[in-house]
Amino acid sequence: MNGSNPIELSIAVVILMGTIFGFLGSIGFIRLPDVYNRAHALAKSSTLGVLFVLVGTFLFFLFEGYFSIKLFLGIFFVFLTSPVSTHLICRSAHHSHVELAKESVRDDLKEALEKDTKKNTNIAGRLME
Amino acid sequence: MAVQVLINLFIGFLWMFFQDDWSYISFFSGYLLGLAILFVFHRFISTKYYLFTIHAIVQLILIFIYELFTSSILVIGKTVKPKINIKPGIFALETSLQGDAEVTMLSLLITLTPGSVVVEVSPDNKVLYIHAMDIPELSDAVLRSKTKFEKAIKRVTRQ
Repeated sequence: MNGSNPIELSIAVVILMGTIFGFLGSIGFIRLPDVYNRAHALAKSSTLGVLFVLVGTFLFFLFEGYFSIKLFLGIFFVFLTSPVSTHLICRSAHHSHVELAKESVRDDLKEALEKDTKKNTNIAGRLME
Repeated sequence: MAVQVLINLFIGFLWMFFQDDWSYISFFSGYLLGLAILFVFHRFISTKYYLFTIHAIVQLILIFIYELFTSSILVIGKTVKPKINIKPGIFALETSLQGDAEVTMLSLLITLTPGSVVVEVSPDNKVLYIHAMDIPELSDAVLRSKTKFEKAIKRVTRQ
């Protein structure tokens, strides 16, 4: 692979963009204040970064004369698993009462959960009587 | 949809065997013929013609890629600024979608777009609790993309 070929150059640019997205994701991971915001940064790098790197690799092998469907399967499975893990991490963090960063402006879920537990305790109290 | 694809494959194979010519080209022409036959007869199977469903899926993917890029640019702009000025928070979002499959698809798509993570789904599948990185800017963006996603998902799953 050399840089004089325009096709290979554009493929290199695509892969470089993928790595830049991964890099920005790691920067966000270090700089952002709490678990939830860090999950955003990681989700971003793992979606866009992986998308660009794998599409670039796919194009490279396509011009080498090899159609690799495996790389698309890779994109598919990352897109399937990364949101599930992000959701589970955030959900378990919220359920184990990890505080939101102090900049946070609202928390509808906490109110809803409190209302829920109050209702449940009311029901439990009525059952006790 | 699965039934229609099976019938279509069957017609393709049948055409290939009728021609007594085991090649991709005869199979493919049979498959195209099957598409035409299914288009005429699909209302007897009482579901939507499956090419329309595939078209809806492609449209959903295109909408998703567009949202992915626009919201990524927003989030990256927030993270690389020298002083991080964000107002994160969790907000409730009501959805008109019904059923596990539709709600799962919507929350997958919302979680995949940067800057918003579905933290919890209410037990009755009606409200999604979404953590957004910057409430004043992103909640509008999430709302807009939610309505787009909902429309596209309904086109995929409903008749």
